[in-house]
Amino acid sequence: MLGSQILIESLKAQGVEIVFGIPGGVVLPIFDALYDSGLKVVLTRHEQGAAHAADGYARVTGKVGVCISTSGPGATNLVTGLANAHMDSVPMVAICGQVNTFLIGRDSFQEADITGITMPITKHNYLVKSPGDLPRIIKEAFYIASTGRPGPVLIDIPADISTAEIKKKRLEDEIDLKGYKPTIIGHKKQISSAVNEIEKAKRPLLYIGGGVIIAGAHGELFELANKLNCPVAHTLMGKGAFPETHPLSLGMLGMHGTWTANTAISNADLIIAVGVRFDDRVTGNLDKFAVNSKIIHVDIDPAEIGKIVPVTIPIVGDSRNVLRSIIDSIASPPKTAEWLKTIEQWRAEHPLDYDRETSKLLPQYIVEKIYELTRGEAIITTEVGQNQMWASQYYKIDRPRRFLSSGGLGTMGYGFPAAIGAQLGAPDELVIDIAGDGSFMMNIQELATAVCNKLPVKVAVLNNGYLGMVRQWQKMFYGGRYSCSCLNGNPEFAAVAEAFGAVGITVREKSEVEPAVKEAISNGKTTVIDFKVESEENVMPMVPKGAALGEMIEFYEEK
Amino acid sequence: MSESTNNWHRHTFTALVANRPGVLARVASLFSRRGFNIDSLAVSTTQDPDLSRISIVVSGDDRILEQVSKQLNKLIDVVRVSDLTRVETVERELVLIKVAAGPSQRQEVLSIISVFRAQVVDVGEKSMIIEVIGQQEKLDAIERLLKRYSILEIVRTGKVVLVRGEKTT
Repeated sequence: MLGSQILIESLKAQGVEIVFGIPGGVVLPIFDALYDSGLKVVLTRHEQGAAHAADGYARVTGKVGVCISTSGPGATNLVTGLANAHMDSVPMVAICGQVNTFLIGRDSFQEADITGITMPITKHNYLVKSPGDLPRIIKEAFYIASTGRPGPVLIDIPADISTAEIKKKRLEDEIDLKGYKPTIIGHKKQISSAVNEIEKAKRPLLYIGGGVIIAGAHGELFELANKLNCPVAHTLMGKGAFPETHPLSLGMLGMHGTWTANTAISNADLIIAVGVRFDDRVTGNLDKFAVNSKIIHVDIDPAEIGKIVPVTIPIVGDSRNVLRSIIDSIASPPKTAEWLKTIEQWRAEHPLDYDRETSKLLPQYIVEKIYELTRGEAIITTEVGQNQMWASQYYKIDRPRRFLSSGGLGTMGYGFPAAIGAQLGAPDELVIDIAGDGSFMMNIQELATAVCNKLPVKVAVLNNGYLGMVRQWQKMFYGGRYSCSCLNGNPEFAAVAEAFGAVGITVREKSEVEPAVKEAISNGKTTVIDFKVESEENVMPMVPKGAALGEMIEFYEEK
Repeated sequence: MSESTNNWHRHTFTALVANRPGVLARVASLFSRRGFNIDSLAVSTTQDPDLSRISIVVSGDDRILEQVSKQLNKLIDVVRVSDLTRVETVERELVLIKVAAGPSQRQEVLSIISVFRAQVVDVGEKSMIIEVIGQQEKLDAIERLLKRYSILEIVRTGKVVLVRGEKTT
């Protein structure tokens, strides 16, 4: 068989049904093999779109997302998508073409050292140098991408490897990974120490993140939280791991988290951190973070434990496994009634709020309306910036794998291609990208992909004519000097949508929101709603840079 | 909980890694992006043709040193990492020093180096190359002593280490 055919067979053997990508010179043999392979190939309009779409597909389905690009610029265009998936632990396999093996290192046409470039932003990568290695490498790539702490793996395949004759028998080659053995089961002694601390705690708090969703540990988390009667605060990546409408949910932590969640974590005597990495956007000023609290930290990646904060009880393992052991070992749950009462008081005194009475079109109102009209059942993707924070504050998510956002890298332009991937992974679901005008412009070309594939994704553009979060910071911390944050020259997004063959709707008034959203969610077509919102609304509350979580600003008074 | 800088020390790690192209680049890239300081590095073959050994000396505080070991372990091509700092080991480095020493100074140089059990491995008309093997302190000492002659060039290997006794790493 040809290398390209071996590749297709291997992808099928891994259960791959769909790949995202763009052809080019050195991947012609691969695209030729894809032509009648039975695999669905989604042609995106930019390789970054392919990478984010594969990422969105992976986050929604839990399967490995696959993208394919040509060498050189095709491969370098994947870089942002790979870095994004790496930061958020998304299982992906990226296949890049490379120039012929005998041309590597000679600055050949469309040659780029993509394995060198992506070394720090992939979980692992390969340059296939000998045809016989190809089947084993593909197996290893999928295994590495999907196990332990997942992440992207890149395989660089030179053109002459794709066209080389490879014995079919090599498809049976086994993986050979001496240096890779993820720890799944938590250490017994550590678990019993954790149980001991939990039973003694007076003010425990579950601090949960994306690791819970990746591990499929939401069921165990639900059981544990209820058994302990313990409040739950989540990170952006952990949104959906625990139902946000549940009374024990305090909402999101961190810079734009809820006052209650941030105050609770600052006052807890025991933090049970699961599948989190103490990101600076979550902890605020580290010197003042959880100073009076013991910390149990559960993570499958040993390097995350103790990386940012010293922990009392580290537990390396799969969070589903570890939580199950903890649940089964708890004999007398802590008495948390007092603690919960205090929290309820905070919640009543400091709710998430905005001006609901104003006639102005506020972005928070729009997100809340979308939440209401979709009964909280849509799959939400976000871009990055104010749109992302409003989406996370006002669209409550009750189930895992239904809120897709670029958490670690903070990639503007992620949400729309991710929505395309999500829609392909969940064809019967309603998928909505809550976007900003700045972010949407960064991958707006993928409208062609959505329309071509008849994908009924919705884009709700919270169009304030600014790089909104940049503007907010310039207002608050740079004396209102709006350096390059005003997006003069934005197109009419509805007209752009129409030009691509999608449906475009423009909303200017509060009263138009509901009919527009209703139309979008029922028309079965790719739809862009351009919400021309109040231009200088700020995301509140906020932990200013360098401040502690307990020093949140709830209202910003202009000086 | 800020980083404390008063417990800065030096650790020696040895890593068994897959003998594949690019492994050293992965290790180097990891150190550079995580901001770890490499004091010395040596790469060599092992008795197993599939494995190479990387010996690294790194300085940092406890948190950094723990991260060095954990992050190295995360690399797929790294099979095993051992911290040899608090283990009984044999450690060696090698240095070659080219000194500007004509016939009149040779005897003097020879008498210095004999104390260190060093060897002369090349003699030119106006220069000598001296080879010294040993622990870091010894190499530092001879380097200092030879400074009074003009040192033309120095090349020094990274530290290589083996654990004493039958234990392997």
